[in-house]
Amino acid sequence: MASRKPAKDQPASFDWSAENQSWCDSQIQKYPDGRENSCVIPFLWRGQKQEGWVSIAMMEAIARQLAMPYIRVYEVATFYTMFNLAPVGAFYVQLCGTTPCMLRGAHDLREVAKKVIGPENHISDDGKLSWLEVECLGACCNAPMVQISTNDSDHYYEDLTPEKFEDLLGKLRRGEEVKPGTQNAQRHTSDPEGDNTTLNDSSLYDGSRAQPLKEIPNAAPATPAE
Amino acid sequence: MMLEDKDRIFTNLYGLHDWRLEEAKKRGAWNGTADFIRMGPDWLIQQIKDSGLRGRGGAGFPTGLKWSFMPKEVGERPHYLVVNADESEPGTCKDREMMRHDPHLLIEGCLIASFAMKASACYIYVRGEYVDERNNLQGAIDEAYAAGLLGKNAAGSGWDFDLYVHHGAGAYICGEETALLESLEGKKGQPRLKPPFPAGAGLYGCPTTVNNVESIAVVPTILRRGSGWFQKFGRDNNKGTKVFCISGHVERPCNVEEAMSIPLRQLIDTHCGGVRGGWDNLKAVIPGGSSVPLLPREICDDVLMDFDALKDVRSGLGTAAVIVMDKSTDIVRAIARISYFYKHESCGQCTPCREGTGWMWRVLERMATGDSTTEEIDKLLEVSTQIEGHTICALGDAAAWPVQGLIRHFRHEIEERINDYRADRGAVAMASVAAE
Repeated sequence: MASRKPAKDQPASFDWSAENQSWCDSQIQKYPDGRENSCVIPFLWRGQKQEGWVSIAMMEAIARQLAMPYIRVYEVATFYTMFNLAPVGAFYVQLCGTTPCMLRGAHDLREVAKKVIGPENHISDDGKLSWLEVECLGACCNAPMVQISTNDSDHYYEDLTPEKFEDLLGKLRRGEEVKPGTQNAQRHTSDPEGDNTTLNDSSLYDGSRAQPLKEIPNAAPATPAE
Repeated sequence: MMLEDKDRIFTNLYGLHDWRLEEAKKRGAWNGTADFIRMGPDWLIQQIKDSGLRGRGGAGFPTGLKWSFMPKEVGERPHYLVVNADESEPGTCKDREMMRHDPHLLIEGCLIASFAMKASACYIYVRGEYVDERNNLQGAIDEAYAAGLLGKNAAGSGWDFDLYVHHGAGAYICGEETALLESLEGKKGQPRLKPPFPAGAGLYGCPTTVNNVESIAVVPTILRRGSGWFQKFGRDNNKGTKVFCISGHVERPCNVEEAMSIPLRQLIDTHCGGVRGGWDNLKAVIPGGSSVPLLPREICDDVLMDFDALKDVRSGLGTAAVIVMDKSTDIVRAIARISYFYKHESCGQCTPCREGTGWMWRVLERMATGDSTTEEIDKLLEVSTQIEGHTICALGDAAAWPVQGLIRHFRHEIEERINDYRADRGAVAMASVAAE
């Protein structure tokens, strides 16, 4: 599981990029006056996207920004497992290991990750890859799967086999493009492999459903029972 | 009776068509919205009550009744609707498809439901990992604002309404409604004691209703087709259509919308190409997400997929996430992995759950190898009942039930494993165990 201890080597300071600073200002508008604390998770997430991980300096800066005690930000950052408290690889692989993925071969993917990247929670020598086994990522009908995060994306890669996963990691390492989503050519998303058993009726899509409703069902006042 | 395509609510479940506003409208979204709103909150709540819709997030509480718990008039504190899109129950992957492929049904549902409860703002709390899904949803909301469907005089209804997307950062517990509210307020996701219930004091201490994505997204279609239409599907007290997520050892895993009360076997055989290796190769099914007890094959043969039928066989419909396990499955390990999940996700607030989930996991890991005793099976069962019902939220129950289900139906398998383990090691090893 993800380490919940902050890294030993910490940067001295943290500053938002100009773009992220204005993004922060816009986010605060979503919450009522005096409820700015609601922004703490989105801000930590944005900070992680900017720096790659969440540092102590970042927590302190966000605490000042939201006028929260630092310890409240620290406990949020350490409670939620998506916050990386130490640097990760440029491609950060989260491998789902919970039962639905386990039943369809997550264990074999783990062996591939160990072989190609190295031990869990360690960055490969070229700095490009690191991996972690995580809990259910909510794509169980496309198991087994991984999520791969970079500084500007967090895509799911689904319906993997050990061969496809190894190939995927190699492509990422070489900087080649990989299509996110299912890696099974017979599927589109979470539809069954091959021909679909439902949603084949073309009249659903011909615009007939956009015709104004003739009447609102049950709109007439109920007639009292005699 | 199988559901026909014309009666499916999520017509873009697989994302084969465009999710954006123009195409969503062609599929019927936003048709008549203002007319429904003009019928007034009481009428709306009555329609949902009449439809028999039960909450789709797991507990199955009647949605219309839940809405009616909100104060009738807005006092000093504003009302909120919060949509629970923290989909993390292992096996469940339906809300994700609705958010990225049919976001306008959800957005329209948010407007109608919020109006029915006099909430002028709504937050959709999306699990942190669903980044692409969140982006689609935000894109759809931006379109809706630009088209005048949200904001001042939303959709021409005369109602001012704002809709926001919020996100978490990887905590299963935030699917519990009060933990979700804590998280939305910028705190650790630790559930609150109830009462007060959210309808009295929820988000920011204001009256709040928390509903699952699917519960809200089906509302506009129920109004368009009528509560009587929704009533046509499923048995009494279990009405409507439902998106099932079938994963594990089937030939073709998939999400599919079907009528409630469909027989489990029919669901798997029709839409998933059957169990891998045929129905006779089936070992067990978890019918409603990882937290409900598993069912052995004998029960799966003719059980119906609805709240009451599954309750009668001491399991539950939960989120309708069907996890299928064939005979190749190491059932003890499969449940041990679920126990690890609950250990990982316990928020640590209540001692029975914090300590008990880890204890159960460690015992099950040993049982998976056979390094245990038959007496310990009874102790495990006893401890699971000490966790169940003794915690603030239902995570303790959710951790206990799969273990209880395993012992109820597969005790013989654990015992065999223990006996094999002992036989392999002979008397010498036994002596050392006894000496400890």
